[in-house]
Amino acid sequence: MGAAGGDGWAIMAGKVKWVTDIEKSVLINNFEKRGWIQVAENEDWNFYWMSVQTIRNVFSVETGYRLSDDQIVNHFPNHYELTRKDLMVKNIKRYRKELEKEGSPLAEKDENGKYIYLDFVPVTFMLPADYNLFVEEFRKNPSSTWIMKPCGKAQGKGIFLINKLSQIKKWSRDSKTSSFVSQSSKEAYVISLYINNPLLIGGKKFDLRLYVLVSTYRPLRCYMYKLGFCRFCTVKYTPSTSELDNMFVHLTNVAIQKHGDDYNHIHGGKWTVSNLRLYLESTRGKEVTNKLFDEIHWIIVQSLKAVAPVMNNDKHCFECYGYDIIIDDKLKPWLIEVNASPSLTSSTANDRILKYNLINDTLNIAVPNGEIPDCKWNKSPPKEVLGNYEVLYDEEMAQSDGPDRDLRSRSGQSTGVKGNRARDSGKPVLTTWK
Amino acid sequence: MLDPDSGLSLTIARIVQRLKGSSLHSQLERQARVSLHKPEIKLESLKEDIKDFLKTSGWEKKLQNAVYSELNVFPSPCHPAAPPEHMKEPLAYMRKAQGSWEKRILKSLNSMCTELSIPLAQKRPVNEQKELLNKWNEMGTDEPDLSLFRPVYAPKDFLEVLMNLRNPNYENGEQPSFRSHLGLIQVPLKVKDIPELKEDFSELGLNIGQLGIDDSAQVPPEFFENEHVRVGQKVLAEQDSAAAQQYVRQGCPTALRADLWALILNISNQPEDILYYEQLKSNVIQHDLLVDSLIYKDVKLTASNDDYYFVFEDYLYQVLLCFSRDTSVLEHFTYSSATPPKSYIRGKLGMEEYAVFYPPNGVIPFHGFSMYVAPLCFLYHEPSKLYQIFREMYVRFFFRLHSISSHPSGIVSLCLLFETLLQTHLPQLFYHLREIGAQPLRISFKWMVRAFSGYLATDQLLLLWDRILGYNSLEILAVLAAAVFAFRAVNLMEVTSLAAAEAVLADLSTLKVMPLLQIFLFATVT
Repeated sequence: MGAAGGDGWAIMAGKVKWVTDIEKSVLINNFEKRGWIQVAENEDWNFYWMSVQTIRNVFSVETGYRLSDDQIVNHFPNHYELTRKDLMVKNIKRYRKELEKEGSPLAEKDENGKYIYLDFVPVTFMLPADYNLFVEEFRKNPSSTWIMKPCGKAQGKGIFLINKLSQIKKWSRDSKTSSFVSQSSKEAYVISLYINNPLLIGGKKFDLRLYVLVSTYRPLRCYMYKLGFCRFCTVKYTPSTSELDNMFVHLTNVAIQKHGDDYNHIHGGKWTVSNLRLYLESTRGKEVTNKLFDEIHWIIVQSLKAVAPVMNNDKHCFECYGYDIIIDDKLKPWLIEVNASPSLTSSTANDRILKYNLINDTLNIAVPNGEIPDCKWNKSPPKEVLGNYEVLYDEEMAQSDGPDRDLRSRSGQSTGVKGNRARDSGKPVLTTWK
Repeated sequence: MLDPDSGLSLTIARIVQRLKGSSLHSQLERQARVSLHKPEIKLESLKEDIKDFLKTSGWEKKLQNAVYSELNVFPSPCHPAAPPEHMKEPLAYMRKAQGSWEKRILKSLNSMCTELSIPLAQKRPVNEQKELLNKWNEMGTDEPDLSLFRPVYAPKDFLEVLMNLRNPNYENGEQPSFRSHLGLIQVPLKVKDIPELKEDFSELGLNIGQLGIDDSAQVPPEFFENEHVRVGQKVLAEQDSAAAQQYVRQGCPTALRADLWALILNISNQPEDILYYEQLKSNVIQHDLLVDSLIYKDVKLTASNDDYYFVFEDYLYQVLLCFSRDTSVLEHFTYSSATPPKSYIRGKLGMEEYAVFYPPNGVIPFHGFSMYVAPLCFLYHEPSKLYQIFREMYVRFFFRLHSISSHPSGIVSLCLLFETLLQTHLPQLFYHLREIGAQPLRISFKWMVRAFSGYLATDQLLLLWDRILGYNSLEILAVLAAAVFAFRAVNLMEVTSLAAAEAVLADLSTLKVMPLLQIFLFATVT
């Protein structure tokens, strides 16, 4: 067995060893098709697809875990700076103030004091910390509706709408200024102005789910998955107050919609982003549609730039975020939240294919050539491996390329209906988007 | 043979008669009267001045568009001595076949009616009317019990009828040989061959820019796309139907499509049109028709399950329920081989004074009918405009896909065209499929009857329908069907059963129609 066994062992040594806490077929099939080898968490591993609980443990001060150069994980240690609703808002607010202080044109405000380019998160307050500030804002517009979301939960759990101060009386009791990573974070809520004029299609409300892969925060390098989708509510949207309690009308989250009577298991109430584009171009025109998609890209990049300074840019990490965006009837996109662990469950056959391909393309970028990783690599994959991702923003390229960027030829395959032709490869941002 | 001059004068007379009394006519009169106040109108040259005024103010163009529309829709008159049936359908055996088919459909409808003890039509009680009015924008959330209803017929039933069509005057005495037609359609209609199609569809040629090919990401837009968009905007500014029809042969830019189609179909969504639609809506509210349940069932079975169209479910009800009540649709029966079914008020069977057309628009929907409307929802989000566009598309094109006639755009000719193209240019494939019991038409029939709606990706479907409008003909459907078979020929040669052949052709959602059409017509060695 000597030589053969030796050769066998040598071949095995070259294969990536993987672990996952998330037993989903779209993940496992992708690992297996690369010939990677499954190992246990306490063994030597190269690639660990972790749940958010595990990443907390791995990087917590107590465990003192040290990752070696050939180990890669799928979350940044403090991703919650972006993915917890209250911290995301806090970071964006801080980012805006900083830009304002340094006199950046991005922080320009209009005559009503609203940021022209950076107003993309609905007015939000933390409860109970900002209760009084919230009340002040609420009284300016007493007929407005607000949405209460628990900071730490996902999948639409614990969310409810209010339109009267009495409905959130219990958050007024404690007015202590809490720190943001408080022990009672389970009870901490954010309250945001509810977008009550969403763009309706076929009379139905929807939101956008877009996938964004970040390979490094400093310099910022991020990719957007071309095949995002719209999630439609199964019940007709109506802003009437009597429907406030009907979560099927208001929340587009599939986990909730799945239990409504009208949920369809063939299309799952989902539309591709290319359908959305076709519809908007046909009914609203090309310029406003391009502008909308440009703005969507803009707000994603701005949100990443906002958290980049506070992110632990650990070189062992990459992350694939699920961005939830709502478009209002003036075709303005609003960032609702960012998910660190976008659902890998498939609700329809199409869905399964999409998520399988998403993971496949993600792995191709994060683990080049499917070989044992070396986290010291430059994280600059060649264009050919991007698959359905396209470069959203590449800070390094943006800083080096200056005036040449407009001459760069169009890249990327067209996606069914024409993809984003005008805005593709690493086109850095600031001046073109203004 | 009709001498060209009298043919022309007949046509002119017919158009004048149709436009007289139309709202365009009264608008023109009003405009002419208003213009009398203008300083440039002088009494001495009144007629000329008014004509000039109408030209510069764009009204002459509107009249031109209306005339052009009439020319497109109505066939040229045949011999003055020909009876009106000839405008519907010149061949007697076709008329007879259509008549028997209609009898069968009506029988099926009546028996469903009796079985379920539901009247064909009844007035809605007042509280039900109120409820429906409240729910008008979200009828999709309604879940009526439709389990007992079944579609009156499906495309495959219709195919069986077409397969059995025979011309009694045609004696095909010779033994079947390699020269005879091996397909399912056995009537001797003249269909075009590829050289003729190349001429007819010359704008699809290899050296002419096309949307659907020359606007892909790899092609710089300066080569074709930008200029094409510019020309399109100009056509829209000129508001010229004929120019628009020529223009869309190369495809519509997505942002201009809705307006271009409206221009070609001569739909302007005037206040009176909106009012008419509202009136139809109130007819729906007041009366309940049996066909309404058929419509609900059809939408629930087809569009609601479609990846692209499920979003527009509610719009489909709003359009189709009104469509059934629209008696203006009855006009198209003068040039359709079909005849609207008649029904009698209860107890007055056979008494002509108590006969009504049923449904009021004379069109009984079949399985898949709602798919004619669905793609239009991507273009028009305003219900009354969506309605008018659909109605015009139906009375120009779609009615031909489910009635038996000898018209070159009728479904019989399309089937024969498809089979002939396939047998002539892919004889080995055709023969192989026939041998394994997979007659190609059995697979492609449903594509053509639905004008490919629900089979192609929406953006591709719209590019295809651009050409239907541009060429004012449905023949492109047969050409595309043949092109699809040609494209998948290699896989099809390996199958050994009908089911396997169906599987190879089950998913057309990734196809790009324009390259397929171009290659089939212009790049295949004939």
